[in-house]
Amino acid sequence: MDSIFLQLVVDGLANGAIYAALALAIVLVHRATGMINFAQGAMAVMSTFLAWSMWQVGLPAPVAILVTIVISMVMGAAVERLVIRRFEQGSEHTAVIVTVGLLVLFTGLAGLFWGYTAVEFPSLFPLGTLNIAGAFVSYQSLGNIAVLLLVVLGLQLLFKKTKLGLALRAVADNPESSSLSGIPVGNLLMVGWGLAAALGALAGALIAPKVFLDPHMLDQVLVYALAAAILGGLNSPLGAVVAAMLIGVVENLAGHYITIIGDDLKIAVPLIAMFIILLVRPQGLFGQKEVVRV
Amino acid sequence: MPVLELDNVTAAYGKAEVLHGIGLKVEPGGAVGILGANGAGKTTTLRAVSGMVKTGGQVTFNGRKITGLRPDQVAGLGISHVPQGRGTLARLSVRDNLLVGAYRRKDSRGVAVDLEHYFELFPQLAARRNNLAAALSGGEQQLLAIGRAFMSKPELMLLDEPSLGLAPSTAQGVYEAIAELRRHSGLSMVVVEQNAALAFSIVEEAIVLETGHVALAGTRDELMGMDAIREAYLGG
Repeated sequence: MDSIFLQLVVDGLANGAIYAALALAIVLVHRATGMINFAQGAMAVMSTFLAWSMWQVGLPAPVAILVTIVISMVMGAAVERLVIRRFEQGSEHTAVIVTVGLLVLFTGLAGLFWGYTAVEFPSLFPLGTLNIAGAFVSYQSLGNIAVLLLVVLGLQLLFKKTKLGLALRAVADNPESSSLSGIPVGNLLMVGWGLAAALGALAGALIAPKVFLDPHMLDQVLVYALAAAILGGLNSPLGAVVAAMLIGVVENLAGHYITIIGDDLKIAVPLIAMFIILLVRPQGLFGQKEVVRV
Repeated sequence: MPVLELDNVTAAYGKAEVLHGIGLKVEPGGAVGILGANGAGKTTTLRAVSGMVKTGGQVTFNGRKITGLRPDQVAGLGISHVPQGRGTLARLSVRDNLLVGAYRRKDSRGVAVDLEHYFELFPQLAARRNNLAAALSGGEQQLLAIGRAFMSKPELMLLDEPSLGLAPSTAQGVYEAIAELRRHSGLSMVVVEQNAALAFSIVEEAIVLETGHVALAGTRDELMGMDAIREAYLGG
């Protein structure tokens, strides 16, 4: 195996880890509320700027990020309570369009408060690279992947092993019927949004050191993250991570080996992959096939 | 004191009032049927009890006024509602559906015991406890929905057309299961049904609704003696 190939794969995995971080937040909100939040990235950017501001005034980066995660959880819950709840009764499409509106609003607010000039964000991991069989991989990428795996594990435990997770899944499946079992649906939707916003803040903090921080930092990542979440089956945290890694690698390889794609058309790769895979497996790679009997 | 009492209950979807003053009483351990044609207001009556529709008049549960409470609050008081169409949580496993029913309970050991008890009563569901609820047959889904309500250890169960969409023999089986659960737990019930013969296999008394009004009320024997009931709901 030539070393360029290996390096492309390793870099692809590192990029994939970035897409995966945001994809996990999208999967979380979908699993907990049954909808897709297009504003997930914009909310994460706001959170990241908040952490950046705290770091600027002298807080150590890890502390700033932890505090931001907590604040983001509250803010995410507030967005559900104050905005999304008004649209939950109506058609699902209305609520989704509202999240597109929030995407524009939060991006604008981030620009208003912090400006559009890209700033540097501190990395949680040391600088430097590791040489693995001839390919170079940064400690930062390794750290990102490790954090992601922990998050996947945590989410699996939450959804499969806890009563809160069970209630979140029930509400996402059928809110009205869940309420008849005594589940306070509104509160759980709020919790779902809060958790997803917290995860988004973490994603932002992992991504920002690699790409610099500006209000549009996650616009492109959101495309990849949505593709990964959908490819992974929308309900599967592990599926989203695997799909994101796959997209990262395929994109890199296609960009290098297929000359017509090159660097400019790389973003088409996840969309083409999404198109092909959904043709063959409409439920996504890891999704459950919907079987409905009457 | 009755477990459940409806006094002059009205209900409306938007501006359209569909219940125009319903009265109903369920004594402790009793089972009351609500009969009537499509659109008479049977389902809406149950939804009014559960707080799922804008309601006027008064609904009391063990003497406490519950009109205006949210569905989850009503459920928390000990009223379990098996909705029309079963309300199965399709993408959850059979076991998880039952555990959702026990969401409000704090006695995790009691929940485990009740779960095993349920699986003993319904071995066909025990064998598929880890399957998705969506993969069950209609009759099994109905048994699962009833089981989920049962897992909350309710004092009162509201059943909305448990026979809907089932083959006659399957519907018969579902009603036998309901009777069995009732013998075990002594809970009170309100059963909405179009098929009066099935309903009368469980309930001792019933009301008959017509376009949002109580047209008739009486015991099983009284109602079954009436020609109008026999013709309309018992197939002559």
